[in-house]
Amino acid sequence: MTTTSLAKAARPGAERAAAGRGPWRYFLRHRAFYIMLAPGLLYFLVFKYLPLTGSFIAFQDFNIFKGFSGSEWVGLKWFRQLFQYPNFGRLIENTLIISLYQIVFAFPLPILLALMLNEVRQMAYKRIVQTVLYLPHFLSWTIVFGLSYMLLSPTNGLFASIFSGMGAEGGILQQSEYFRPIIIISGIWKEMGWNAIIFIAALAGISPSLYEAAKMDGANRWKQFLHISLPGLLPAIMILLLLKIGHILDSGFEQIYQFLTPAAFETGDVLDTYTYRVGILQGQYSITTAIGLFKSVIGFVLLVIANRVSRWTTGEGIY
Amino acid sequence: MRIKRSMGERTFDAVNAILLAICCLAVAIPLLYVVAGSLSSNEAIMHSEVRLWPVGFNLDNYDFVIHNAVFWRSFGVTIMIVVIGTAINMVMTLLTSYPLSKAWLGGRRPIMLFIIFTMIFQAPMVPMYLLIKELHLLDSIWALIIPSALSAFNMLLCITFLRSIPEELFEAARVDGMNEYRILWRIVTPLSMPINVTLMLFYAVGHWNNYLGPLLYVTDRAKQPLQLYLYNLISQFDMDSAGGESVLELSSRLTPQGLQMATIVVATVPVVIIYPFLQKHFIKGALLGSVKE
Repeated sequence: MTTTSLAKAARPGAERAAAGRGPWRYFLRHRAFYIMLAPGLLYFLVFKYLPLTGSFIAFQDFNIFKGFSGSEWVGLKWFRQLFQYPNFGRLIENTLIISLYQIVFAFPLPILLALMLNEVRQMAYKRIVQTVLYLPHFLSWTIVFGLSYMLLSPTNGLFASIFSGMGAEGGILQQSEYFRPIIIISGIWKEMGWNAIIFIAALAGISPSLYEAAKMDGANRWKQFLHISLPGLLPAIMILLLLKIGHILDSGFEQIYQFLTPAAFETGDVLDTYTYRVGILQGQYSITTAIGLFKSVIGFVLLVIANRVSRWTTGEGIY
Repeated sequence: MRIKRSMGERTFDAVNAILLAICCLAVAIPLLYVVAGSLSSNEAIMHSEVRLWPVGFNLDNYDFVIHNAVFWRSFGVTIMIVVIGTAINMVMTLLTSYPLSKAWLGGRRPIMLFIIFTMIFQAPMVPMYLLIKELHLLDSIWALIIPSALSAFNMLLCITFLRSIPEELFEAARVDGMNEYRILWRIVTPLSMPINVTLMLFYAVGHWNNYLGPLLYVTDRAKQPLQLYLYNLISQFDMDSAGGESVLELSSRLTPQGLQMATIVVATVPVVIIYPFLQKHFIKGALLGSVKE
């Protein structure tokens, strides 16, 4: 670049004028920016978009030796096979129930926690609580699994030794009826504090003068909560809820896979864990890609519907 | 000045404080139990005598972890991934964020949409696996670094920060004859240190905790990172996978639980050490752009 073009580039007015003279000259003038962007865009293209478009193998009888272009097209064969597969219903049911439990039990708690923290007047106490509750977010699922395993170990875990004789034989971790509660509770343990941050930020963004005015008018804490805090939180709540609904068929593979034992398949085998076992381990790529595609389509449709409903009822939406 | 509060208000405050304390205890107890267990004697663990304080204090379990070559091999793999991965993450994040922090840049809107789209639609597991396979990255630590070279969310945080730097600074640099690459390196990078530290910690913890990547892409025992080693140690404990011969001589004195607990503690310590820095910075990061009027 010559000095004159640099001087021109320094003036925003000059840029707009240059843009008018054709996109190619504009591009050349600002090529440094586009060169900087190139690696990032290439990354997203290769590692985010390519796998998405790679989903077309759900319509192929994909064979690793024949490759993407050589494999035979089979239309909707895998989808038909999927819907006829007797265990598919169980996979869907487990996935949906775990997701619904997460929405009903795990989703409201961070909101409650943020509201409770908001009422604490001693700043030092508030900071201590926050420090303790944010920590588990930074521990891996493996660590959380390890901690749960130690606590719930049938032979000498903490729970077994405290509640000995309370039907802990065989170990809670290996029993299918306890699988879902364990997933939900360990999820709450790990993420409740962290998920509260966004609500704490939203509460901090509410102007204190609103509360003062409400107090003048004689509103007690409950009324203040109902008429000031809750409306202030509503946009954040709706956005997160919508995103969660869009991901209702992803119930957290990393966590569930680690906690899952064959004894708990009845209640805990979800679409993702099945995809991993059958797809990655057994090499049935096409049918498991069909599951992935099914998940994306359902997720997208649900997101659109939920967004409509949300805009219609609360006026909030993500687009 | 203290404002007098009613009885009901004070009861509410007390109940609130107690409930929060219970939450803190619920988070702390599993951690304390595992630390206490790892420091307890073999007999105390076998007879379930451990609560939240070591019983029969000794360091045998740690002695095992310290001398466990398999553990340190995995630890080394993870350190390598954290260092190389985070360095690449930072370069990619700054390279992408700086141009996109220019509101006037042509094509910025479609590019942002292109990136944000990937936050909603995640790459499906099987095609992603096939891609890594096609790229011949299976069983290589690059499979854990390159596919997560850039996080769209962290990039958005960085862009938000960069937009707070006054444009005049860049203009002055351009007038002085600096090109955009030098501006990025000599002006943007040093000025954005607060957000860089935050993002570095985020990325580093992400690499440290990554379990899904190695589960999918790494089957070679010699290359398995710490989290995968830890999971195998806990879920399918056998002395062979735990550490081979070096363990056999110790195994008569130790219980699997003790070894597992000590390994969990050692694998957690690095995260706990950087946690205070992390906390100091992520509050800033998370609250970025939510300034009270």
